[in-house]
Order: sequence, then structure tokens, then C-alpha cells
Amino acid sequence: MNWIDIGHIDDVPLRGARQVKTKVGCLAVFRTGETEVFAVSNLCPHKGGPLSEGIVHEQKVTCPLHNTIFDLNSGESLGVDEYRIDTYPVRVEDGRILLDRDAIAQRSAA
Amino acid sequence: MQKLVVIGAGMASGRLLEQIIAANPAAYDITLFNAEPRGNYNRIMLSPVLSGEKSYGEIVTHDDAWYAENRITCRFGEKVVSVDTDRKVVIGEKGEVPYDKLVFGTGSSAFIIPCPGHDLPGVVAFRDLEDTTAMTEAAGKPGARAVVIGGGLLGLEAAAALRLRGMEVTVLHISTHLMERQLDPAAGYLLKKDLEKRGITVMLEASTKEIVGNGRVEQVNLADGTELPCDIVCMAVGIRPSVKLAQDSGIACGRAIKVDAQMRTQTPDVYAVGECVEYNGALFGLVAPLYDQAKVLAKTLLDEEETFVMRELSTKLKVTGCDLFSSGDFAEGEGREDIVFRDPARGIYKRLVIENDRLIGAVMYGDTADGNWFFGLIKDATDISDIRETLIFGPSFQGGAQVDPLSAVAALPPEAEICGCNGVCKGNIIKAIEAGATDLGAIKATTKASASCGTCTGLVEQVLSVTLGDDFVLPAAQPVCGCCDLTHEDVRRLIKVQELKSQEAVWQELGWKTRNGCHVCRPAVNYYLLADWPLDYTDDPQSRFVNERNHANIQKDGTYSVMPRMWGGMTTPQELIAIAQAAEKYGATVKVTGGMRIDLLGIQKEDLPAIWYDLNQAGMVSGHAYTKGLRTVKTCVGKDWCRFGTQDSTGLGIKLEKKLWASWTPHKVKLGVSGCPRNCAEATCKDIGVICVDSGYQVSVAGAAGMDVRETERLVDVATEDEVIEWTTAFVQLYRENAKYLDRAYKWVAKVGLDWVKETLADDATRRALVERFDISQSVYQVDPWAERAQPAEAVKFHPLADLTKEAAE
Ligand SMILES: Cc1cc2nc3c(=O)[nH]c(=O)nc-3n(C[C@H](O)[C@H](O)[C@H](O)COP(=O)(O)OP(=O)(O)OC[C@H]3O[C@@H](n4cnc5c(N)ncnc54)[C@H](O)[C@@H]3O)c2cc1C
Ligand code: FES
Repeated sequence: MNWIDIGHIDDVPLRGARQVKTKVGCLAVFRTGETEVFAVSNLCPHKGGPLSEGIVHEQKVTCPLHNTIFDLNSGESLGVDEYRIDTYPVRVEDGRILLDRDAIAQRSAA
Repeated sequence: MQKLVVIGAGMASGRLLEQIIAANPAAYDITLFNAEPRGNYNRIMLSPVLSGEKSYGEIVTHDDAWYAENRITCRFGEKVVSVDTDRKVVIGEKGEVPYDKLVFGTGSSAFIIPCPGHDLPGVVAFRDLEDTTAMTEAAGKPGARAVVIGGGLLGLEAAAALRLRGMEVTVLHISTHLMERQLDPAAGYLLKKDLEKRGITVMLEASTKEIVGNGRVEQVNLADGTELPCDIVCMAVGIRPSVKLAQDSGIACGRAIKVDAQMRTQTPDVYAVGECVEYNGALFGLVAPLYDQAKVLAKTLLDEEETFVMRELSTKLKVTGCDLFSSGDFAEGEGREDIVFRDPARGIYKRLVIENDRLIGAVMYGDTADGNWFFGLIKDATDISDIRETLIFGPSFQGGAQVDPLSAVAALPPEAEICGCNGVCKGNIIKAIEAGATDLGAIKATTKASASCGTCTGLVEQVLSVTLGDDFVLPAAQPVCGCCDLTHEDVRRLIKVQELKSQEAVWQELGWKTRNGCHVCRPAVNYYLLADWPLDYTDDPQSRFVNERNHANIQKDGTYSVMPRMWGGMTTPQELIAIAQAAEKYGATVKVTGGMRIDLLGIQKEDLPAIWYDLNQAGMVSGHAYTKGLRTVKTCVGKDWCRFGTQDSTGLGIKLEKKLWASWTPHKVKLGVSGCPRNCAEATCKDIGVICVDSGYQVSVAGAAGMDVRETERLVDVATEDEVIEWTTAFVQLYRENAKYLDRAYKWVAKVGLDWVKETLADDATRRALVERFDISQSVYQVDPWAERAQPAEAVKFHPLADLTKEAAE
């Protein structure tokens, strides 16, 4: 793992998200609890809704365009249509949000 | 076969026949007399028939087919004139019938005060379908007036129903407070207030001197000299058991026909059931004990053992919006202790009377959800010393559990009575469910629960829901979403009643099943909280859909549209130049909208704060084209320019827009102001439309021009601009405080009724209070969201948190 500091936890609103631009496209970093964060691909596979703009509840996000709900742990959608979004390792240390640079690099190589 | 003759096809004898036939259809050859020219119907429901909420057909309990199928000889419209108990024959108007067993089920008749004029046409009671029809006909005349004499259960149901039909109604009551037999003065006071709010005039300590009229009632005169012109008088001052026939036939009577605990009169083979009965010195006026009697008499007639037992009764009023509950004894007395809870702001009053550690009486007004639980405690004489301190807060408080109505129902013991009319307890219903009755109709058919007055329908559904779990979907009353069992209406009510002022409080107290809701309930709850508690609750952007959170409309390519406000559609060259420059600078596509404004499409999210800043600099603010809030006020040019214009429609539109902008509402709100009835501003398909006329302004509401198209309906005609603004603001606030989230105004008005809206707003004090509450909310929310977010500290939040694209790949 190769952690990179992307910002302070308080830069992401509780039950909200911010975007992070990477070579594999835009990621969404969600803050679902005081110190609980998730990083997933920002793009909804259905019609490209920006997931970082969705409503965040429990460990899930609802796509702002057509309400597909994704589990942020697995990246899998709930409900009839099956979609999947990529998930990325992320953690919080001393109030800083750290993203795994290798995971992103791997994805871009693949 | 033995011959059974029944006199009177009423609610009690109807139940009796059902019971006999269910037990043994071949037991008797039955003849049924009824003075009314029809069979048995649910008399209780004459109230909703009178108000127009139900039709007669819907309240028939036994139709011709039922009588035919069960081979009952019907002699409807034929009065029994005498009974010869020696020869054992019943003599009807059209001839004799012999009997082996005879049942009196003659019920009661309304008591008519024998004042001068009581027999004039237009003076009616409220007892049967004929009375109901007479009143309905009187109500058909525009501007018709009714005087209801008697402020008890029946009188008030009649008054409320006639009011719903649009009549002007005055209730005369002899005592110092309404329903004095069931309510104490405090509850009576609240009831009076609620009735007055609906536009019913209530006169207490009013004694009727005479009814006058030339061939038909025209006026009621009171002892104090008051004169009340009217088109109809409804006397609802009490009932008297119909026992003349029995008396004349030599059957022992006191105030009514005397029966023993098997419903036998003192004459062999003659029985009685219903309101015409006196048992142990007591008379009856509610159906619950009559159904018990019917059950007992059926057994007696089938030679089985059964004993009638008197039980506690409880009273409810079938007037929507006047929730009252009363049971037991609540007179003051030595050794009795009162527990009182009042919430003046919400019109809630509860009083419990305790004697020897037992609850002996309960009166509640405004919030009667716990009535059945208290009733159970009274009936069972439960020792309440352990829970005395918290007793008044009801059952859910006792376990420390949530106040979710479902958990309250789940907590009820099997003996708890659910349907008061039919004496059906929770255990009976659960048994019926287990035997396969899995919807309301089936429960009604098998247990009779909710089949009479219907006020317990919600409870029965909740028992179904608690018992069947996911297999039962609460009909009509859909929960907000999967996170809770409550409807939007319940959530709104509980947020107000329990003063829940944060999302956490809502999740906790209302039993949310998820940690913090979902995309369906969060925006609704966020709205309810900010609408009800503008000063205590802070709007949560994370509970808003993207457009409202970002203050711009997201487009399908992920860019946004930006639309500055143009007050009443007015703009200036300077504004247009600023808009043009911004459009060029941020690469916008420009479109003129249907709401008289200019839309800049295709703006990147990061650019939003900057374009807002530029537009702010030119004096423009957000047009809120993305909110559930005030959108536009469409105007025509008005009398300054137009040769037809009658008033300054543009100026009024601007004033309205300046008053209402930036307020949050359950759904979007659009206004139109037209300068003359030619209606160039298309005001009559808006949520609120104003049409200027020579004499002033016509304010109408509840129009729509979306998937549904509908014309507005007139709310009020006023003379001045200030009044237009006051009424409009009050209407918006009423909508804000009461509607379900995402119901447009027209949907909400359809649910609550335009009459209710009109009546509420017609009250000067209520209307002003609404405006005041709106102003308080605006003191917090009437700010330009663009200006706030154009600040550098806020603007960065519209940028990505980090940009790793320039990171060297390793
Ligand atoms: C508007 C209204 C609202 C009410 N609301 C409620 C409520 O919410 N809850 C509640 O518990 N109770 C309510 N009641 C009371 C309830 O309806 C009565 O308690 C019940 O109907 C009495 O039943 P019964 O069978 O004794 O008499 P009834 O239902 O009155 O039946 C008696 C029948 O006998 C007939 N009859 C009388 N004399 C003769 C004769 N000589 N020959 C032939 N036929 C004869 C009459 O025409 C009548 O049809 C209400 C009553 C009214 C009028
Ligand atoms: S784009 Fe996500 S649900 Fe349609």
C-alpha cells in the first residue's frame, strides 16, 4: 500500500462526499460517519450520474439521477438492476484522509 | 318450525338475526316488521351520509338478497299497532301474524322539545334516513342556514355534517359546556373552539323559547330575545325508548321494557333487545352493549345459557379533526385524584381520574391515541400505583419504547378492546387473522371489528400489520419509506406534538429502522423540521437532493443551469448585459424560460460560485429554479401600459415575489398575477393566481399545469394589495405547515378540502398568526444562497477535494 494524503476529514461534510480527480477518472470520497470514509468511482454505471452528489445514508449512496442505491462496501447496487462500481482502499489517520495510490495505479494499468 | 316475530329492523335486532342464523338457520320461521320502509342499515353512519362522505347504499347492512336468502318474511314500512299476548298474535297495519316467540327491537325515538312551533315543517330530528334526507335537501339551497338544538354527540355530528355541506350552522346548547355528559369543562371548551374554527357558531346556556314560521320554519327565538333566522331546525336533545306498543300490550315497563339478564320480559315468550330495553334500571344509547344483548338473546332463543353483563363504555365523536375520548367517571370527589396534561399550543388536554390506585375515568381531547389503553385500565380496574407518575404519557412510555403507533398496538394485551362498537378485542382479531382473514374486509366480515362506526379502522389495520408483518401493507396509509412504519401525516403530527427538533430525535422517537434514513425520508424529514421549527432546527444540505444542495439544476451531462431571479419578469439593460457577459465567460447556452426568465445552461460545477458572484455584482440573486419553494411570479404589464389593465399587476407580482422568495415549501410554488380577466399571465393554472378586476383582486388557488392540468379555485375576493399579500402568504404558510412533502398545492387542497382551507384562512386571528409564522421563518431563510456560496471559503467546496491527475504514476 502506498497512502497519499488527499485532505482533512472535515473537508468532507458528514453524510456527504467530495470528488477526487485521478487518472482513472473521478472518484467520490464519502464520509458516512465521524471518521468513516469510503472511496468509489464517481460515475454511476447506469447513465453516468455523479455519485458524489447523491444522498448518503448508512453505508450507502443513492444516485442523484435515477435513485440507484449502491453499497459503498462492496460497490454493488441494491435492487433489481445489477450495477457495480469500483471501490478503493481509503482510511483516516489523525484526521487526514489517505487514499491508496497503488490501487489507483493498478486500475489505470489494467 | 317455531314462529319468531321481530318488531323493528334495527341495529340490535339485525345483530340478533345474524347470530341466530349463523348458529342454526332452521331454528325459526322469522317475520320481521319495520316501521321504516326498508331493512336494517348502520344507523351510526347517518352522520357521514348527512355530510355527503358516504351514500345510503354504503351503510346498508342487510339488503333484500340477505333477507331472501335467509327466508325472512319482511314487512317493511308496516308498523305494528298492537300485540295480543293471550292469543300470541302481532297485529300489523296490514294484518295479524301469530308467534311462538316475540322480540321487541323498537329502539328509541328522538325527543322533541314541545315548544311552540315544534311541529312546523322543517323541524326534524336526527334519527333515520328521512330526517337525513330532509336536512340534505335543506342544505341544497345556497346560503341555507341551520339551527341545531342540542350540543351532545348527535347534535354536534349533525352540525359538523351540515357545515361540510356548506350551511351556516348555529348550535344551541342548554348547558355551560358541550357534551357535558361525556366531557369535563376543559375538554368541552377545546371542542367548542375546534367547532368554531370550522365556522360553526356555538351558543351555550341557550334556551329555546319558540320556533316561528309561516307554514314552514323561518326562525328560532331564544329566551334571552336572540332571533336566529334559519331554513331548518334539527332537534337533537336526547332520545326516549320506544315502548308505547309494549306498554299498551301489557308488558312490564319502567322507563323502558324491563328485561332480565337473558333478555326476557316479564311476559312469557316475549323478549326485548336494543335501546327499548331497561336492565337493572339502566338504559342504553350506544351500540356496544346492544350487540352484547343481541348475542345473549340469540343464545336464549336457541335454549342456551348466557348472561348479559353491563360493561364500561367509551365515547368518541365521529367528527374528523375533533378527536375526543371519554370513559368512566370523571366527576370530582373526595379521595379522587386528578392527573392533568395540557398543551395549549396544540389544543391537547388529557385528564385522568384516580381513586384507590385505580383509574376510574379518562377524558382526552386533541390526542386520543392512548384512549384504548386507558379504557382497558378502567375496565380491568388495574392497580396503577407503580406507573402513576408516567401514566398520563400512555403505554409506549411505560416500556420506555418508542411512540410509534405500531409498537403501541403491539404492546396492547390480547384483551385490549379494539372495536368498541362490537366489543372486539385484539385477541379476537389475531385469532381471525390466524384463521386466514388477512385484510380489513375479511376482518370486518369475520369479527365485525370496524364494521359499525369505523373509528377503529386504523387500529384494526395496525393489528393486521403487527400480526402479519411484511405480508400486510397498510392501505392508503403508506409509510414514508422502508425506514419507518409511519405515514407522512403521522410523522408531521408527531414532529409537532412531541416537539422533535432534530433528525436524531425523529429517528429515535419515531422508531426509524435505519441509522439515518434514506434518500426518500431524509429530504421529507429535513423539510418538516425546518418548516415547523425554523428557529431551532438548521437546514441539512446533506438531506437535500443535488439541485437544492448545489443551488442549481443538474443536467443530464453533469453540468448545471443557472437562472437569476427577475422580479415579476422585470429586468434592466444593465442586468441583461451582466447576463450576456456571464454567458460568454462561462460558455453557457442561453434560453428564455416559460417563467419569464433567462436560463444559462451548461455551467461546470466548479464555475458555479464564480458565475453567481458575477451575477450578484450586477444586483441579481438566485431564481430558485431548482427548489421546492417559490419559483416565479408571472405577471402581465398591467394598467401602466395595457389599455385593459385594471390594477398594477406587475407591481403586485413584484411585491408578492419579494415577500415569498427563498421560502421552502413541500413542493414548488408558482404564482401568476393578471391585470384583467383576459388573464395574460395565465394565473388560473398556477398554485396561486391573482386576477385584478375593477373592484379589487380575485385570489384563487390550487391550479396546475403539469402532468395534471387544472384550473384554480377561488379562495377569496379582496379590495387591496395588502390583503392579497396577507391571504397569499397565509395560504403558503398553511401549505408549508400541513402538506405532505412533494404534494403540490393542488394535491394537498384536494386532500384537506378547499372549504377547510377557506374556513381556516377566513379567521382573522388564524390568518395573521400564519403570516407571522411565515415571517419568522423568512427571518432565517430569506437570504440569497448564491451570495453565501460565492464566498471563497464556501466556493472551494464546489471544487474537487484533490487532483491526483498530475501525480507521476509509479
Ligand atoms: C346519527 C346517529 C349517530 C349515532 N352514532 C353512534 C355512535 O357513533 N356510536 C354508537 O355506539 N351509537 C351511535 N348511535 C346510536 C345507535 O345508532 C343506536 O344505539 C342503535 O341504532 C339502536 O339500535 P336499536 O336496534 O335498539 O334501535 P334502532 O336502530 O333505532 O331500530 C329500531 C327500529 O324499530 C322500528 N320500530 C319502532 N317501533 C316500531 C313498530 N311499532 N313497528 C315496527 N317497527 C318499529 C324503527 O322504525 C327502527 O327502524 C347513533 C345514532 C344516530 C341516530
Ligand atoms: S445514472 Fe444512476 S441511476 Fe441512473
